[in-house]
Amino acid sequence: MAVRVVRRPELTFWEKLYLPQILSGLKITFRHFFRNLFLHIAHQLGRLTHLPASVTVQYPEELRPLMSRFRSRHRLTVRDDNTPRCVGCMLCETVCPAKCITIVAEEHPDPNVEKYPIRFDIDLGVCVYCGYCVEACPEDAIRMDTGILDLAAYSREAMRLDIHELMDPTLRKPIGDCKLTFPHKCELHGGEMKGSWEGVAGE
Amino acid sequence: MIEFLVIKVVLAGIVIFVVLNLAGFQTWVERKQSALIQDRIGANRAPIFGFRLLGLFHGLADVIKMFTKEDIVPAGADKTLHALAPFFSVFFALVIFAAIPFGDSLDVRDIPFGDHLNLADPIIDLQVAKIDAAVLYIFAMLSLGVYGVILGGFASRNNYAIMGGLRATAQMISYEIALGIAIVGVIMVYGTMDLSELVRAQGQMVWGWIPFWGIVTQPVAFFVFLTAALAETKRLPFDLPEAESEIVGYFVEYSGMKFGMFFLTDFLETIVVASLATTLFFGGWQVPFLMPDGFHFPWGAELPVHPLVYVLLGVASFSIKSLIFLFVFMQLRWTLPRFRYDQLMDLGWKGLFPISVVNVAVTGVVLVFFGEAS
Repeated sequence: MAVRVVRRPELTFWEKLYLPQILSGLKITFRHFFRNLFLHIAHQLGRLTHLPASVTVQYPEELRPLMSRFRSRHRLTVRDDNTPRCVGCMLCETVCPAKCITIVAEEHPDPNVEKYPIRFDIDLGVCVYCGYCVEACPEDAIRMDTGILDLAAYSREAMRLDIHELMDPTLRKPIGDCKLTFPHKCELHGGEMKGSWEGVAGE
Repeated sequence: MIEFLVIKVVLAGIVIFVVLNLAGFQTWVERKQSALIQDRIGANRAPIFGFRLLGLFHGLADVIKMFTKEDIVPAGADKTLHALAPFFSVFFALVIFAAIPFGDSLDVRDIPFGDHLNLADPIIDLQVAKIDAAVLYIFAMLSLGVYGVILGGFASRNNYAIMGGLRATAQMISYEIALGIAIVGVIMVYGTMDLSELVRAQGQMVWGWIPFWGIVTQPVAFFVFLTAALAETKRLPFDLPEAESEIVGYFVEYSGMKFGMFFLTDFLETIVVASLATTLFFGGWQVPFLMPDGFHFPWGAELPVHPLVYVLLGVASFSIKSLIFLFVFMQLRWTLPRFRYDQLMDLGWKGLFPISVVNVAVTGVVLVFFGEAS
């Protein structure tokens, strides 16, 4: 097998002189500078808005489009009567590799449902966003499709989502009033049982 | 005497006010200009009463942040020198402006109500200190500025900091020589070291229409000066004392406003270099075809100008030229990558130094043979 000699590209005289190369570099940066300056001014006047002046996404105002399969903050899907679809089968809690899900199940008045969660916590500080809970759920009761990414909090405690936040993705800590009507261990009232099946619409 | 002092203090106040504000403003320019070059938007937050003004208040926010930050002095550091170093840097960068003339002599009697002041000497030089050897003074101060850097590196008791300081020293020595010799050519042509005289000498015309500026008489010296002066500012492509990706720099161990002062020094030195380039090579406050009594265009047209307007036009001319230089420096800073250290030394000693020496020799020969004409 013949040896192939790779020659390093030799610099020409003008490249060695360095000054023309500086000028060609400056040409590029000046072109970008004046193009963007012109476009920014045109945008302020409401013109040429189809030509973007920057390639960056202005994050808090603009969100990047997410893939439909993107795994973001969890939510619990609900039945028509605003009770969780979850039947407390513990499959998600079992499959969770990070062990961040805590479920306490209780008997459901409907014999066809059997169980439902009176407590459902996900510790997002521990969660690895693998999505196994969504895969494991036989009832399509948990999903990760809220599109919520800004999950930062000031304490570990604030990273724990309880059933209130999981059932209503718009809620953020601190949560004001408990709006759940079915019996549950209410984190907002120190873990006491709150609500009753009489309060649930349709019962 | 009191009168003289008051005038000087007012002039110094104006210069320091303008220069410091310009340095602060440059933080904004740097952010926005780099953003535009890199197809970004740049800093646009920090509102005051809801006004964002394209993020202009970010510099203000920076200063508030730096003043309220904890000031950490590393254990084992020389506390006195550690505290002194940033002040050295800023001080020597600021005193340079004393010698730079930013306008022609102003006759107070031309200002409305100016003759009511009854000054003993109504002619004011728009220059804080009229020094006969201003060029020497400026180079002395530029060289002393490196003491702040080397002290900062030395007093921190940090190997990387001292490496940054050493790099800065070596770089300053290598480039200051080229810088000084490049200037010698200019001094030979105009025959003076007094900057205001030097600017005045640049007011003549060659063949009646080319301004007799330093760039016309000494183009090679201009390029050497520009390169060496960029190296003096310790900014890209010559930011080896800093070199964030390699050694973080001579101010690794500085925090809060002490770091801010080193940062400020960089901007101040950029302004120094811009105004020096203007003064030495672009005619300082000279406006082309503008004589003290008005415009004299080469095609014969004349436009008389009030003496006060003449002085103001000069100040505006100086400011605009300096700002253009600042803009170009900023553009260069965001265009070129950093030199490798051996390349830096090569360029300084094998490139700029011989070129500047040859330039002086050629200038001398030309002056001997054709010198009487100019």
